[in-house]
Amino acid sequence: MFVKTLSVIFFVLMLTATVFAAEPSKSAPIATVVSQSSQVPTVATSAPAQTGAASAVAKPAASAPQVKVKPNRAITISMFLAIIGITLCVVVWAAKQTTTAADFYAAGGGITGLQNGWAIAGDYMSAASFLGMSGLISLYGIDGFMYAVGPMFSFIAILLVVAEPCRNAGKFTLGDILSFRASPKPVRAVAAISTVTVSLFYLIAQMVGAGKLMQVLLDIPYRVSVIGVGILMVGYVVFGGMKATTWVQIIKAGLLMSGTVLLALLVMQKAGFNPVGFFSDIVGNQLVQDHVRINVMKDALPKPGFDYGQRFMEPGLFLKNPLDQISLGIAWALGAAGLPHILMRFFTVPSAKEARKSIVIALFINSTFFFLINLIGFGAALYLSPQLISSVDKGGNMATLLLAQKLGGGAGSLGGDIFLAFICAVAFATILAVVSGLVLAASAAIAHDVYVNIIMDGKADQHTQVKVARITSLFVGVAAIIMGLAAEKENVVALVALAFAVAASGNFPCVMLSLFWKKFNTAGVVSGLLVGTITALGLVVISPVMTYPQKIADDAKKIVMTLEKKQAEGVVLAEKDLKLLDKSKADFAKNDGGTSMVGLKAPIFQLKNPGIVSVPIGLIAAIMGALLFRDKRAEDMFDEIEVRQITGLGIAKASDH
Amino acid sequence: MTAKSYDWGTIAQHTKYLELKRRKRVFLFGWWIAASVYYFLLPILSGYFPDLFKIKIIGVINFGYVFILSQFVVAFFVAIYYTKVANRDFDRLTAELVKEIQ
Repeated sequence: MFVKTLSVIFFVLMLTATVFAAEPSKSAPIATVVSQSSQVPTVATSAPAQTGAASAVAKPAASAPQVKVKPNRAITISMFLAIIGITLCVVVWAAKQTTTAADFYAAGGGITGLQNGWAIAGDYMSAASFLGMSGLISLYGIDGFMYAVGPMFSFIAILLVVAEPCRNAGKFTLGDILSFRASPKPVRAVAAISTVTVSLFYLIAQMVGAGKLMQVLLDIPYRVSVIGVGILMVGYVVFGGMKATTWVQIIKAGLLMSGTVLLALLVMQKAGFNPVGFFSDIVGNQLVQDHVRINVMKDALPKPGFDYGQRFMEPGLFLKNPLDQISLGIAWALGAAGLPHILMRFFTVPSAKEARKSIVIALFINSTFFFLINLIGFGAALYLSPQLISSVDKGGNMATLLLAQKLGGGAGSLGGDIFLAFICAVAFATILAVVSGLVLAASAAIAHDVYVNIIMDGKADQHTQVKVARITSLFVGVAAIIMGLAAEKENVVALVALAFAVAASGNFPCVMLSLFWKKFNTAGVVSGLLVGTITALGLVVISPVMTYPQKIADDAKKIVMTLEKKQAEGVVLAEKDLKLLDKSKADFAKNDGGTSMVGLKAPIFQLKNPGIVSVPIGLIAAIMGALLFRDKRAEDMFDEIEVRQITGLGIAKASDH
Repeated sequence: MTAKSYDWGTIAQHTKYLELKRRKRVFLFGWWIAASVYYFLLPILSGYFPDLFKIKIIGVINFGYVFILSQFVVAFFVAIYYTKVANRDFDRLTAELVKEIQ
């Protein structure tokens, strides 16, 4: 009965999407905005890595894009439909088995370590890694590869100190772990706020990225893509819960790895499986050298004796502030271990041993992926040229797609079309899998922590719990769609930096202290989560990742002055420069005197990543809170949580709850 | 939550438990810190000692590239080594402890 009602709502939503699809004219101007906007890289959405990409593209637009990635619509859309078809079958299968809260949140604890490993990898590897990182490497060389180490390394903390203890001591959510020996209501409330904040920020960034990607690739209007992706993710989660989400993530990880391995193999085949020769070719490549000299180092004339090709293999072309890199490193090293949608995945396996196995597998898949991305990125630089890649998208986000097209046989050839369509489909599946995991995490926090444990005092039967969880997922999904639509023109890169920063500064210290420190208690959790979250949030909104209209205006003014000076000297400007002059004048007029979202003309905090400041503050707040308001009960219960987390005694079997 | 309830305080004083706890703590936090130090060498060295990264090792491949690759090797090593130790020692100790308690 209830499922039927939901089906009707779902159907109505789909109809709405079709109606939106029928009026593409409304979003026509967006295409121009995307190709010319210098604020947001097309797909730069799902990792703090992209924080830098935004500034990298925030250079004055030198030339309008001439080349476009044009996938064959028929082939690409059929592949998309195949993915939708397969995943919907999974949902139908999973929906039949989802009857209890444990089924909905943790797939009844019936996922194996191997499956969960693939699902975690699927949850974690995003479209931004797949498209954005290879792009960074193709434009900035080794700095891009250095970026990829962070997301790979973050699994070490998860493996050693988070996964098994959490599996042993928790049940479904972050709130379960934190409220173990603290007073449940305030702790669950704060944990739910933090989870929803982190997940929604991350989710909106993903939705905006998805919308822009589909728009660029297939000319599907932004709002149709966002609504379409939104409906699918709501469908997966509402009907199939954790089981469907898990399988969507496994399928996605399989597709993503196949695509990545295939591309990397083709690159290596072209290089004759000789890595040393491959890199020599890159260093010796004239286009790469020109790109490094002219576009990156801005040397109009070559410095005598300087090896611009070798420079591509040396750090500092993209990552300029070491302190910012260390700060970003902290976000990677600790943030991933505090992401609620990753934490939640440990509860889907029956034991700590399986949780360990799943993290090891995820780490292997993840590392292989990031290693291969390096070959793809350098391959794109060599076989396509950085000039071509940046002319299509200034952030380099189209590098992987262009490379697939080229290695498949070139634009217009059947092989090129099919391979490009396949890689597009992989990106699509990637987006779907990541957003579903996020919706599930946010809904679990609201339904399980807030509704069941705070409002109902834990007294709700299975039927009600599942019903509430489904309704919550529907609302979270709809909220994400609405916010995704509203955030179309926003600088979403900041949202991802924020999600990781909050997870590292608020969630991670509290999880660790709950598990390992006897004196930790309610006051500690509340102050740690609140102070950590607010500090991270506060630092990001006054940091350089926000959009500062005054800066855009100043940059535009510089261009106007340079070009007008040239004109005054009697130089006749090329058409390209004239266009740039007009655009810069308009940019100046529009942005002069403007302020950022919080009313600033320039950033106060100079780092893009707040971790180096906000993590210590969050940690100190958690410790101080606990010491100021000592709680005897929490200290007495430490033996219990410690014995549980170390031995797994009394482990919550998701199935017998 | 579970049918059986345990006397957590007593288990927490059990010699086998204390042994397990100590070994786990030393191993897990030790390796976590060691791996983190190695990881943070990457932004520190590349940011403050970029000349080190420029030293060529094989052909045009320089120390920087090899160092990045070594990060992957270290992560693999820690994962494999931990799995081995956990399967061999921690799981065995845990099983023995649980057997004695029940």
